[in-house]
Amino acid sequence: MRDPLNKAIVDIKPSGIRKFFDIVTEMKDAISLGVGEPDFDTPWHIREEGIYSLERGRGHYTSNAGLKELRIEICNYLERRFNLRYSWDKETLVTIGGSEAIDVALRVMLDRGDEVLLPQPSYVSYEPCILMAGGKPVVIELKEEDEFKLTADEIRNACTDRTKILVLPFPNNPTGSIMTREELAPIVEIVKEKDLFVISDEIYAELTYGGKHVSIAEFDGMKERTVVINGFSKSYAMTGWRLGYACGPENIIRQMTKLHQFAIMCAPTTSQYAAIEALKNGDADVEMMCDAYEKRRRFLLHELRRMGLPCFEARGAFYVFPCIKSLGMTSEEFATKLLMEEKVAIVPGTAFGDSGEGFLRVSYAYSIEKIKVALERIERFVNNHKVG
Amino acid sequence: MELKEQILRTIDRNSKISMSELAMMLGREEAEVTAAVAEMEADKIICGYPTLINWDKVSNEKITALIEVKVTPQRGQGFDRIAERIYKFSEVETVYLMSGGFDLTVIIKGKSMREVASFVSEKLAPMEAILSTATHFVLKKYKEHGIIMEQEEEDERMIVSP
Repeated sequence: MRDPLNKAIVDIKPSGIRKFFDIVTEMKDAISLGVGEPDFDTPWHIREEGIYSLERGRGHYTSNAGLKELRIEICNYLERRFNLRYSWDKETLVTIGGSEAIDVALRVMLDRGDEVLLPQPSYVSYEPCILMAGGKPVVIELKEEDEFKLTADEIRNACTDRTKILVLPFPNNPTGSIMTREELAPIVEIVKEKDLFVISDEIYAELTYGGKHVSIAEFDGMKERTVVINGFSKSYAMTGWRLGYACGPENIIRQMTKLHQFAIMCAPTTSQYAAIEALKNGDADVEMMCDAYEKRRRFLLHELRRMGLPCFEARGAFYVFPCIKSLGMTSEEFATKLLMEEKVAIVPGTAFGDSGEGFLRVSYAYSIEKIKVALERIERFVNNHKVG
Repeated sequence: MELKEQILRTIDRNSKISMSELAMMLGREEAEVTAAVAEMEADKIICGYPTLINWDKVSNEKITALIEVKVTPQRGQGFDRIAERIYKFSEVETVYLMSGGFDLTVIIKGKSMREVASFVSEKLAPMEAILSTATHFVLKKYKEHGIIMEQEEEDERMIVSP
């Protein structure tokens, strides 16, 4: 029999920390600071709108790009919150989570061999998506001394004649790092100079602390070379509803919509109706959740630093990224031992790229009470393993 | 947001939190937070730190009743004087002045229906200014002070996810 599989797909290596994830899922009584989704349930008025849409029998397809009303609300929202102006019918596509938008954007923009600048540590699906789209990922290893922010020099040094796209993953999972307006300005210059396009994954935009998120698409001349990706998972605690969106130049969105049409047809109708309610009446929920995350963030940073684990001031998403190098263990060793000895599950930084070595992604999508219990155990572990 | 408002929002659902934790969460000095809390206690903005107990789980002898009271307001003192006469009874948990079909909502807790009934008939109803009372017994509490009483808090998320 012939090999039924596509070689390029088979060659994509599974996530490096598969082993760790397997151990964790076996351990039923572990407490976790390892989750990448909100602990809040979707606000009730949003769920209720989803239920109502089902009661009304709204179980049909929507247009490929998504319900008109939803796209209009998305554009209103982006303008209201981030000063971005998009046309609902030409520049907006509703997708199955931000994930689909990332995949489709890369596919419609990459020709075989085109290079994509990929800052790491970052979310696990960019690299395989680039590969599946026939592109070549060029990893930029972000540095702790820069607080894991991207610099123009790093882009310049990584650029070749084939470089076409920059993936801009801020606020960042796993580091919690953000890019301010001042820090984006030099990035904008080099992107224009090198004639690059940007896929800006802003799924955590609402979870920015001590300032407001700034989108690179807001800068002069950047809207025409940026695809902004966002969604409902993090800001409205709607991960399981699988709903995201992409906004960008008409020619790119048109091709993305075509691909989406053939692969997906349309995003789930129930989720789309619920999302309209989220955008219309959900600002207070976002504020409430953001406020809760902010308190946990300060608490966690303070406590981790107190026990001797250096943490830079992560101002986004719901992660902090402590350095564990002083303990003389790799990230995966630390995470595995912590799990075995204290039954606390935390994701090693290396799950998000080699440059995450020496760090852990600690999630604060947990109540303060749960965080406290986990911190007690982490502190005991750190004290037991102090070098010298 | 002003510090005091931040404090109130944080302790509204959890008064057990320590001053040092509160300071940490708000990114302030502990002394500053402690002083603000003390000031709000003195100003009766913070009026107490009770515990929300689901007595149904402890014993079935606690009974809560909500009494609608119609009164004649008194010259010069409006409803305040009669409200005071009512709220001074230790059985009385809550007294609100209402708009609409009646004047005061009185919530009382007693050991038994008989105890509640005797309070109403012997203490409350005979007061001169009181025109009528309507007593409603609470059968089950679903939610109080924003907290759902019976909800199981189970984390259904996967233990780790990227």
